[in-house]
Amino acid sequence: MNAALAVFVSEWTKIRTVRSTVWPLLLTFVIGAGLGHLFGLTFRNSFSALRGDFDPLFATFYSLTLGQLALVVFGVLIVSSEYSSGTIRASLMAVPRRGLFYAGKVLTGGLLAFGVSLVTVLVTFFTAQAGLGPYGISFGADGAIEATIGACLDLTLLCMFAMGVAAMLRNSTLSLGILLPIFFLGSQGLGNIPKLRSVTQYLPDQVGMVIMHIAGPQTEPRWARDYGPWTGIGLLALWAAAALIGGYLVLRRRDA
Amino acid sequence: MVGTLCAPNPVVDFGGLRSTTFEDCPHPGPVRSVAKVIDVRNLSKKYGNRVAVDGLSFTVRPGQVTGFLGPNGAGKSTTMRMILDLDHPTAGEVLIGGVGYRRLPDPLRRVGALLEAKAMHGGRRAYDHLLWLAQTNRIAKARVQEVLEMVGLADAFGRRAKGLSLGMGQRLGIAAALLGDPPVLLFDEPINGLDPEGILWIRTLMKGLAGEGRTVFVSSHVMSEMALTADHLIVIGRGRLLADTTTREFIEANSRSYVRIRTPEPEHMRDALVAAGIQVKEAPGGALEAHEVEAVRIGELAAANGLTVHEVSVQSASLEEAFMRLTGDVVEHRAERGQR
Repeated sequence: MNAALAVFVSEWTKIRTVRSTVWPLLLTFVIGAGLGHLFGLTFRNSFSALRGDFDPLFATFYSLTLGQLALVVFGVLIVSSEYSSGTIRASLMAVPRRGLFYAGKVLTGGLLAFGVSLVTVLVTFFTAQAGLGPYGISFGADGAIEATIGACLDLTLLCMFAMGVAAMLRNSTLSLGILLPIFFLGSQGLGNIPKLRSVTQYLPDQVGMVIMHIAGPQTEPRWARDYGPWTGIGLLALWAAAALIGGYLVLRRRDA
Repeated sequence: MVGTLCAPNPVVDFGGLRSTTFEDCPHPGPVRSVAKVIDVRNLSKKYGNRVAVDGLSFTVRPGQVTGFLGPNGAGKSTTMRMILDLDHPTAGEVLIGGVGYRRLPDPLRRVGALLEAKAMHGGRRAYDHLLWLAQTNRIAKARVQEVLEMVGLADAFGRRAKGLSLGMGQRLGIAAALLGDPPVLLFDEPINGLDPEGILWIRTLMKGLAGEGRTVFVSSHVMSEMALTADHLIVIGRGRLLADTTTREFIEANSRSYVRIRTPEPEHMRDALVAAGIQVKEAPGGALEAHEVEAVRIGELAAANGLTVHEVSVQSASLEEAFMRLTGDVVEHRAERGQR
């Protein structure tokens, strides 16, 4: 237990002492909360053009689809920078039990991602309501609390999924080169093609959208997903678990 | 070659029981502390079909600097990484004080290592690099400042690693190795790219650490440097053990010294030397080489025979030559491959 705490403390030091891992965390917050406010303003000004099924939660959390990209970059960097810088050798010399090292890193990154997600999601909720003005909602509104909790989990799990992918690929360029297109194509591109949607709706960036109310009105067949809000989060947890296990197997097997 | 020579050890497999090579290769000198002994047993590493380390066995003892010598690509770094459990051996094992590296509790307090490849993030400050390392092994924070001062980086603690010169980066790596005050230290090519001052500093440091009773294992591809630093030598080529001997024995066995004589009357000189029972050879450029004789004796003989001499000097075959002869087939192999 003592050894585990030591690893946890050292991983925290590693994260906070390098700019490239601090910036994405700040960016997650700035993009989420800042764009959340702007989207709110945009929806407020075009409200007359919106139909009756307008969902204020969509306007509230849509900015997180961009904010999460920074958190994905964070997840990739805390793992892959070990390899690009050669720090992995020092890390494993200091903590040769690879499972302990990996668990410490994932836990530290995950907790930090959760903390940043929590702050970002909560602040985004309020900046977005401020933008929406008279059309804004309170936490008491239908699904608001569920969406908020879901958003926190979604961002955290995506970050952990990214850590697992980076641990498998051991390279930042490769990891980001694979992850970012998926995240853009999934939500902005391929996801809108009906034929592909039956598959793309299960991509890791998509499964958390139902609970966040950013998958479109689920009553319309055009947007409806084949799974509910919590099943979606469950699917994302499976994605993250699979990636993290894969990352562990690679770390255990490969030479450093 | 004289000295304790070890033939390359084949991995003998008796139905799963590997022969340990501890007895294959006897070492002189008492073991002062078993906890500090690095015991490499039948270590092999293959990358696909390429054999990097081939049935290597040797023991590194405390209280002396042990040089790990071999041409580039001989498998030194791979062996070092396997000692530290960074690379997985294809066969064999390494024990440090009887235990595998992975089982060492707080390993930085037992073993410190400077690897050839850099192992630090360029964007992290020198102090922070040592801080997180200290935290992993529950080493007191005060020790970070202490080792920074020890390696002469007290003023550079706030500099980011990428802004450090090669020599300073090397010193930071050594500070990291010393952080846990470990009884066992590994240095992989520590003098690479250093200026003479830095080389002297590292040499003095390693000797000092060994003098304190620590185990110091240092790899190099420069024979002359090892002759100055190491008390014991482990020489490998193409992943195999070529020699395991004290540095003194290695030098005595390999540095043949002779007396070179230049004279306008080589014929007469030769006759005089042969008459006195001295072995003489003709060297290129009309000089003579006299073996197993003191220079004083040559001078006396010349005077007694009334011969003019222009030069009487003692010559030593360089250790570098001896090293290249020993590892020659490896170098040839590399040259052949380079031609393709």
